Amino acid sequence: MVALPAMIGIQPAAAAELAPRDIAMLDRLTWGVSASSAAHLQQVGIERWLQEQLHPAGISPLPEAARAQIEAMPDVHSFPFDIAVAFDQQGKSANQVADPEQRKAAQQVYQQAMNDRARQAAGRTILRALYSPDQLRERLTWFWFNHFNVHQHKANLRVLVGDYEDRAIRPFALGRFRDLLSATLHHPAMLRYLDNADNAAGHLNENYAREIMELHTMGVGSGYAQADVEALARILTGVGIDFKPEDPKLKPELLSQLVREGAFEFNPARHDYGDKNFLGHPIKGRGLAEVDEALDILSRHPATATHISKQLATYFVSDNPPDALVQRMAQTFQKTEGDIAAVVSTMVHSPEFADTLKTGAKFKDPMGYAISAVRLAYDGKVILNTLPVQSWLNRLAEGLFNHETPDGYSMVAAAWNGPGQMMLRFEIARQIGSGSAGLFKPNEPNAADQPAFPLVQNSLYFSHLRQILSPTTLAALDQAVSPQDWNTLYLSSPEFMH
Amino acid sequence: MNRRDLIRAFAASASLTVAGRVWAAPSTDARLLVVFLRGAYDAANVVVPISSDFYYASRPNLGVARPDGGNPNAALALDANWGLHPALRDSIYPLWAKREVAFIPFAGTSDDLTRSHFETQDTIEFGQAVGSSRDYRSGFMNRLASELTRVKPISFTDQLPLIFRGQSQIPNIGIASVSKPGVDDRQAKLIKDMYVHSNLASSVSEGFRVRDDVYKSVSEEMTAANRGAVSPRGFELSARRIGRLMREQFNLGFVDVGGWDTHVNQGAATGYLSDRLGELGRALVGFSEEIGPTLWRDTVVVVISEFGRTFRENGDRGTDHGHGSVYWVMGGGINGGRLAGEQIQVAQTTLFQNRDYPVLTDYKAFFAGLLQQVYGLQPASLDRIFASVKPKDLNLV
Repeated sequence: MVALPAMIGIQPAAAAELAPRDIAMLDRLTWGVSASSAAHLQQVGIERWLQEQLHPAGISPLPEAARAQIEAMPDVHSFPFDIAVAFDQQGKSANQVADPEQRKAAQQVYQQAMNDRARQAAGRTILRALYSPDQLRERLTWFWFNHFNVHQHKANLRVLVGDYEDRAIRPFALGRFRDLLSATLHHPAMLRYLDNADNAAGHLNENYAREIMELHTMGVGSGYAQADVEALARILTGVGIDFKPEDPKLKPELLSQLVREGAFEFNPARHDYGDKNFLGHPIKGRGLAEVDEALDILSRHPATATHISKQLATYFVSDNPPDALVQRMAQTFQKTEGDIAAVVSTMVHSPEFADTLKTGAKFKDPMGYAISAVRLAYDGKVILNTLPVQSWLNRLAEGLFNHETPDGYSMVAAAWNGPGQMMLRFEIARQIGSGSAGLFKPNEPNAADQPAFPLVQNSLYFSHLRQILSPTTLAALDQAVSPQDWNTLYLSSPEFMH
Repeated sequence: MNRRDLIRAFAASASLTVAGRVWAAPSTDARLLVVFLRGAYDAANVVVPISSDFYYASRPNLGVARPDGGNPNAALALDANWGLHPALRDSIYPLWAKREVAFIPFAGTSDDLTRSHFETQDTIEFGQAVGSSRDYRSGFMNRLASELTRVKPISFTDQLPLIFRGQSQIPNIGIASVSKPGVDDRQAKLIKDMYVHSNLASSVSEGFRVRDDVYKSVSEEMTAANRGAVSPRGFELSARRIGRLMREQFNLGFVDVGGWDTHVNQGAATGYLSDRLGELGRALVGFSEEIGPTLWRDTVVVVISEFGRTFRENGDRGTDHGHGSVYWVMGGGINGGRLAGEQIQVAQTTLFQNRDYPVLTDYKAFFAGLLQQVYGLQPASLDRIFASVKPKDLNLV
């Protein structure tokens, strides 16, 4: 029925009507279906759309109204190292104020400035999630940030998280896993968060080494031993952070081993130059090159291929992804040396993925819920203030950069669909559905609230979304007494939660 | 049977285990509330080592004077060695006289020396050994909830804290800011209808029930306030709400209260810390009043904090991050009016790293011992909550 126009040659194949499963796929691989994204999918056809998403040519431009908001943020025009150094200085001078009350005030100013930087970074993430044409890359950027999680409230990470996402995560989100792993390892946010900045010969700190193996690559219980964690910790000694302009004092014979790149520093005086044995591979003690060798070993390990594939499938396919699918994705991972786009391509072309599109099985996490609601309600009408979205995410306990522990937010429904959490969603559904909810009031003194109203019952609803609603949902929507009420009920429906 | 025997009796008769879960004894209904003072409260100025000259030498500006009936700013004698901060005179001190509060000095995390708020709070909430491979999705109160039947847990926090994360689904409610729900009754009914055939039906109907119960309880309180009752604020208001909710609906609760990180001008007998303590004391008494005398006998309240503070005052009339703390255990049926657990003379030579109280009672052993007594948990159950931990029996209930 759906393919009929194409079959009888009325329209070119690319412009075929979208089937419910096409809409479901669009919804699953993006931050939520909208009228314009559905129209684009219909225009280019499924396969070309997938290729656009898997292999975007560069970073596609944002709509002007979103781009301008990002351009207005000071951080995007500064060198990240300089920002961190300036904050470091501000923190130090605040601590040196003699009078205790004035010092407290200066420290508060410093803390608030850092909070502000983190909020701006979260604002950039939200604008890109809402409006970037490279939707799959944005989904994966969130996924990988969560996979290589850092928490904004440790030390000065609030001034680093934006740069971490922009330089260590997003550029590699569809690239090679090995590059992504290496980029996170070289970023001060990760080195601070998991304490490798404190890891030195004779004073081992295993925290980062353990999490690399347990969370970032092979996965817990995948066959490595405590001795491997220790070996990796020793390999990582000296990999740290330095915000000082002058180089550390080194013996002349070590000078050539020093590596500095922004705030990243490999300090040979802190490195354990002994030989190591890591996962059965003898590693000759020789400095930073040991780290490269260890990352090669980890990236090529079959356990890493399986672990990463399972994480991706849990995020995109099902809370309990079928083993056969995970194995096929892992094979692609190994065959392509960790080409993420290829692994995702294997996943989206699998029958298991197609099966879950029929059932709408995946429950949206708070980020998926909030962003998809705004995309559906306003589509291309760019919001002028992301703070309401940030506040919803925090209330729903999935705030950006806000997960304390290195495991990242849970990707399964049980973490998000408890009684209290459902109540909060309905309250937020009501806020989004009842009016512009502060989204169109710029975060500036005396800014006027621009008129806007969420258009949820739009053309996309009548052409597609309505078809998949259950009779009970339709019956409830029929009793809506106003557009606001209808929006609240629709955004509260079981169908929109999935 | 005296009042202290009530909780004990529960422990003795609760050996019946079905499918790995302990059946709550029929005659009693134990309630447990854990209060986490986030920011590391200055324990040495709350339960004051009055017999230690070293204390007074270490805190020339912050020290709380030795007990003295004529001095309202002096510590209140607990025993020969310890005194209570005077801000707790009308709240906690009377409970001490009734033997309804015990203090456990030198308590804390023996395996976490980071002195970092975040990390040590996480450590305590996980209740898993540091340095081992930890399950970041498993807090010890969630594991406790999984071991109990007829348990009605709730977290009185805006978000579900680590301590309650895990396999059991735990509701949470921000108790400080309960407002009239925006989704009205008509919408609530329509929403419930939409979920009738969904696997979320029970989650949604349970959610609306808890939401309405909490709001009803709070709006009754507001009606009372409008009739001229003194209206408590801040944590006292929260604690009274918690008391009512735990009287009526929940038996395992968690709440946290911040503002204890006193690096600067913390005050001594009066001042910032004194004000916070006064509020905390009124809050805990308010909780006991709301839960009512009968249930108070079956209730245990535990007050903890991530670590203690430096024993010596710093240059800003405050204190910095330390190690050992003092935990509180309260309840109408507890074996209180005493300082429990291993103790040492407070002197420079006994400080940990020459700066902090040492930890002589580890938090895991403390909680394991307490939970064993309150719930009569079997060793296998306890081991699922705190793996490989030997419970410390402080004879608290």
